[in-house]
Amino acid sequence: MANENTKFFAQPQVTAELVAAHGITPEEYKKIIQILGREPNFTELGVFSVMWSEHCSYKSSRHYLKNLPTEGPHVLQGPGENAGVVDIGDGLAVAFKMESHNHPSFIEPYQGAATGVGGILRDIFTMGARPIASLNSLRFGSIDHPRTPYLISGVVAGIGGYGNCIGVPTVGGEVYFDECYNANILVNAFTLGITKKKRIHTGLAKGVGNPVMYVGSKTGRDGIHGATMASASFSEEKEQRRPTVQVGDPFTEKLLLEACLELMEHDYLIGIQDMGAAGLTSSSTEMAGRGGAGIEIDLSAVPLREQEMTPYEILLSESQERMLLVAKKGTEAEIKRIFDKWDLDAAVVGRVTGDNQFRACFNGVEVARIPISALTKEAPVYQRPAERPKSQDEVEQLDLAKIAEPKDLGATLKLLLGSPNIASKEWVYRQYDHYVRSNTVVAPGADAAVIRIKGSDKALALTVDGNSRYCYLDPYVGGALAVAEAARNLACVGARPIGLTDCLNFGSPENPAVMWQFARVIQGMRDACIALKVPVVSGNVSFYNDTDGIPIYPTPTVGMVGLLPKVERVVTPWFKVSGDIVVLLGRTREELGGSEYLKVVHNLVKGTPPWIDLRLEQAVHNCCIEAIDKGILRSAHDISEGGLAMALAECCICGPDKPLGARIEMREMIRGDALLFSESQSRILVSLQEKDLSQLQEVVSKQGVSLQVVGSVGGSRLAIQPILQLPVDELRSIWSSGLADRLQ
Amino acid sequence: MRWGVVVFPGSCDDQDVFDSLKREMGQKVKFLWHKDELAGHFDCLVLPGGFSYGDYLRCGAMARFSPIMRGVEKFAQDGGVVLGICNGFQILCEAGLLPGALVRNAGLRFVCQQVWLRVEETDTPFTSQLKKGQLLRMPVKHGEGRYHADPETLERLGQNRQVLLRYVNAKGKSSLPANPNGSLDDIAGVCNERRNVFGLMPHPEDACSKLLGGDDGLKIFSSIAAACELKSGAHG
Repeated sequence: MANENTKFFAQPQVTAELVAAHGITPEEYKKIIQILGREPNFTELGVFSVMWSEHCSYKSSRHYLKNLPTEGPHVLQGPGENAGVVDIGDGLAVAFKMESHNHPSFIEPYQGAATGVGGILRDIFTMGARPIASLNSLRFGSIDHPRTPYLISGVVAGIGGYGNCIGVPTVGGEVYFDECYNANILVNAFTLGITKKKRIHTGLAKGVGNPVMYVGSKTGRDGIHGATMASASFSEEKEQRRPTVQVGDPFTEKLLLEACLELMEHDYLIGIQDMGAAGLTSSSTEMAGRGGAGIEIDLSAVPLREQEMTPYEILLSESQERMLLVAKKGTEAEIKRIFDKWDLDAAVVGRVTGDNQFRACFNGVEVARIPISALTKEAPVYQRPAERPKSQDEVEQLDLAKIAEPKDLGATLKLLLGSPNIASKEWVYRQYDHYVRSNTVVAPGADAAVIRIKGSDKALALTVDGNSRYCYLDPYVGGALAVAEAARNLACVGARPIGLTDCLNFGSPENPAVMWQFARVIQGMRDACIALKVPVVSGNVSFYNDTDGIPIYPTPTVGMVGLLPKVERVVTPWFKVSGDIVVLLGRTREELGGSEYLKVVHNLVKGTPPWIDLRLEQAVHNCCIEAIDKGILRSAHDISEGGLAMALAECCICGPDKPLGARIEMREMIRGDALLFSESQSRILVSLQEKDLSQLQEVVSKQGVSLQVVGSVGGSRLAIQPILQLPVDELRSIWSSGLADRLQ
Repeated sequence: MRWGVVVFPGSCDDQDVFDSLKREMGQKVKFLWHKDELAGHFDCLVLPGGFSYGDYLRCGAMARFSPIMRGVEKFAQDGGVVLGICNGFQILCEAGLLPGALVRNAGLRFVCQQVWLRVEETDTPFTSQLKKGQLLRMPVKHGEGRYHADPETLERLGQNRQVLLRYVNAKGKSSLPANPNGSLDDIAGVCNERRNVFGLMPHPEDACSKLLGGDDGLKIFSSIAAACELKSGAHG
């Protein structure tokens, strides 16, 4: 490379050390040489390293992911695009996806979380959909860990800082704390957008000679090798990797969003894709891969914000707020005019070619030439060794007889209610704008968020769920329960699921125990998706969530979207009127394995998670949805972490008005702590007027679900006879301040 | 009655205001792009919430220099009714159309929650249909909404009865927890001396439907509509 124009980027010699530093194994390097018929140069090595990274290629997970059900009558776009798309009728469609930004958020919590939100928003508006709701699923280390308050403050501020500024409401989410995340937090961001069915766009490059255009922010040196970082485990020294975290600019993204949606009103585009992980490289090669075309990029035409950037840096930069378009030839000037209006850069940086090659030039010199297929469908796929660890036997053992029942179960209830995983998350969601776009019917704090669809009677229900402790104890059951709980949360507001997206957060795939967890979780999710008839339309895998060899609990988080036919029928979890009766759908069993109670009170993570019968689960959902549709329920609340006692307490105190008491009498002949805190599945707590009970019984008997009238709403105390009696004002104060007090 | 909603780069609640006026009240509404000069006849101009220019400098400090603001200032000087919500309030303060300033919340964090507001004065277009002491419920959502003014300005605000809304508790009483951002004197919204320009931090456009939790916001928009129609009726 002695050319005058390229002298400032003398390319380093590709050595075995350099190959290893790029995370490429000797076998993979041999394959590269075989594909190219020669050694790659430094720039090409960089391209291979990001495109073959776990993050971009799904090389360890692909083998299993293909087992998930992805089809359904309303699915317009399944996995493989920037986001999944589902038909919701009336000529409308919703696009949604969830993505992880775990490693960057641990290194730099504010920017890591902010750019996670920015990335998922771009994935949605790339599809031609206007983002109308975001949610997030967060996992932090123990609340007592010295770093936790810093991390949660930064992550929450970052999510708010980006989402609030761009004007997309954050309407729900979940937050959990566990020691297993002490050195590896999880930040999973979900966004949903809405569009006309006929205006869906995809990431596609075709039509030889069509121009490739770059729009949005200028390219800098930030985030180079972010994809590779996300594909390696943490060690103390890697916390020093701060420069690989990108910096977010929500204002520019807001302009980019408006400009792109304005552009999409016209018929100028062939395809469009966000420059996310692995930036210009992945967007251009993936678009060409889908279109069966080649692509040529002139790196000297890319708008830069730093001087003397090398082709390697330009190709691998993960600067935010950038998109790549393939336009119809002749529309370039019109497109530039739209981006000018919004004060954004738009530059022609290449063209579609017919030779199926990815070619990058710089000042007239070719600096990379790689067959597109080598970077996309021919990327390595591994079936890594998977083996159930022997230690699992010990983990599953739980002898309840050896666990003493607390003497004062009222005190235990209060302890749990104020514990960080159960206490109110208002401290978190108060920092997110959940009203903007004025569609929010049910705001954060309920089982699922509900947003109306303007100009229609319908509404969308949204939830994110996942209990990693269950997955650790039994990954198969845990995977199934994550899907079941999400669907149950939707049922509690009256919605039927229409699609699912997931973030699969695991340790290193090179660890056979982790691969075993992964395979089993997928199997559990698969069976639940089939039973509950929910297609998986998009998702993301995040491996290498371990620190110094210790993996996090397997943590699949499920984002599920449901449809309510009549928005005015929507139901919320809290009790409404004194005198209403309280009814339990489903049965309580002595299931304390993996429970919040066992962890908080006895400091044990043991046993097997609660049992599930997916057919019964579906029947319970059907009852709740049908009863809500008939308008006979005043409230409905899923019973999950903390069991029946927590659900009852929440029904009394989680509403916007004064707390409302309840008198409950339980007849189950099981030990008191199990009665109160067992996390048996397929249970929903509802309240209704007594006169409507016969109608509910009719619905329930048709479905073969157990129904038990357990008490009535009223008074200023929660009384669970004959076990406890507590003032609801006190319960609210414990619940409201439980998290906030520990984070101030 | 014709409404104009100004769209700055980074406006977020422009569509919410537009929809509330058009869908909930059947009003005539037009978006006005910030790079354009103000042209055409309007009865009320709304500067909506959001993050104009990303709030990267001081909130509203850049937007006040947008070309359309010349027309907005002229419109206000001629007695036109101007409403600034949240970021719009901040822009009006930066432009000198309203007294005081909005600074970082006392808790230093963004705050999104429902608040109670007490109507303090009713002799303005914005509160014409309301009663003194009436309570309104609507959300706030901002990081920099703490109202601040020097003692002389505050005294003038009192003398001229320019404070139209205050944060109160559900019983209508001033209380520390009821003030979400530490605003001086619990001030949630102020008007100018001439009473034709009004800025408030809470969002009436997000409280225009019972389905979404309340429609007290409509009472402010209806007040403006009634006052403007009365005025245009009086003028012929």
